[in-house]
Amino acid sequence: MLIDTFFFYTFALLTLGGGLLTITRRNAVHSALSLIVSLLGVAGLYLMQQAEFLFAVQIVLYVGGIMVLFLFVIMLVNLDQSARERQFNGQWMVALVAVAAVGAEISWFLYRGQGAFRLADSAGGVSAAASAVPMPGNTEVLADVLFQEYLLPFEIASVLLLVAVVGAVVMAKKRI
Amino acid sequence: MHPVTTVHYLALSAALLLIGTVGVLTRRSIVIILMSIELILNAVNINLVAFSRQAHAVHGQIFAIFVIVDAVAEAAVGLGILIALFRNKETVLADEIDLLKW
Repeated sequence: MLIDTFFFYTFALLTLGGGLLTITRRNAVHSALSLIVSLLGVAGLYLMQQAEFLFAVQIVLYVGGIMVLFLFVIMLVNLDQSARERQFNGQWMVALVAVAAVGAEISWFLYRGQGAFRLADSAGGVSAAASAVPMPGNTEVLADVLFQEYLLPFEIASVLLLVAVVGAVVMAKKRI
Repeated sequence: MHPVTTVHYLALSAALLLIGTVGVLTRRSIVIILMSIELILNAVNINLVAFSRQAHAVHGQIFAIFVIVDAVAEAAVGLGILIALFRNKETVLADEIDLLKW
C-alpha cells in the first residue's frame, strides 16, 4: 500500500508540475515538452488504476501522435516573434480570481462528499476480490463492452474522425 | 500515510482542470491555448477512470477512449485552423485576431 501511495504522489507531481510549466513557459517548444511530461504522468495514473489499455493508448496516441503534431506545427509556424512579446493577456487577473472561486467551490464539494467515496472504497474491497478471481485482461473486457454495448457510438466516433481529417486538410491546404 | 482513494484522484483531476482553465483564459498564444485544452481533457479522463475503478466497471474507460478520440479530432482541426490563420494574418496571438470584432 505504501508503494502505491508513493507512486501516486510521484505521478501526481509529474502531472501537475508539467501542467504548470506548460502554461507558464515563454518558449512554445518548452511548453510542449512539459506537456509531454504531464501526459506521461497521467499515463502512470492510468496504470495505477488498472487501466492498462488506456495507458498504452495515452502513450501511443497522445505522446506519440498529438504531441508530434503540436511540435510539427510549432516548427511550421514562426513563433520567435511572439515569444518576445507579452505572454499573458489583459484580463489575467479576472481569470485568476474566477478560477480560484471555482477551485474553492470544487474543494468544498469534494470535502463535503468525501465520506461517500470512502464508504464505497471500503465496501467494494477492490484489490482483495479482484486478485482472487482470475480476470480476463483489461483490453479484452474493454473490447467486449466497446464492440457490443457501445458499437453505435464507436461508429459515430469513426465518422467524427473522418470529418476531422477532411476538415484539417481543407484548413491547412493553400487553395482548395 | 493514508491509502490512495478515489477522492485523491478527484482532487488531482480538479487541480489539473484548474491549471488548464488558467492556461486557456490567460495565455495569448493559440498554441498554448490548444495545449491547455489537452490538459483539461486529461483531467476529465482521470476523473472517468477513477470512477470506473470505483464502480468496478469498464464503462468509464470506454468514455475516456471517446474523450481521447475527441481530443485527437480537436487537435487536428485546431492546428489546421492555426496554420490557415498564420498564413493569412501572420500572428498566433489570440487577442490580435479581432476580424469579427466591431
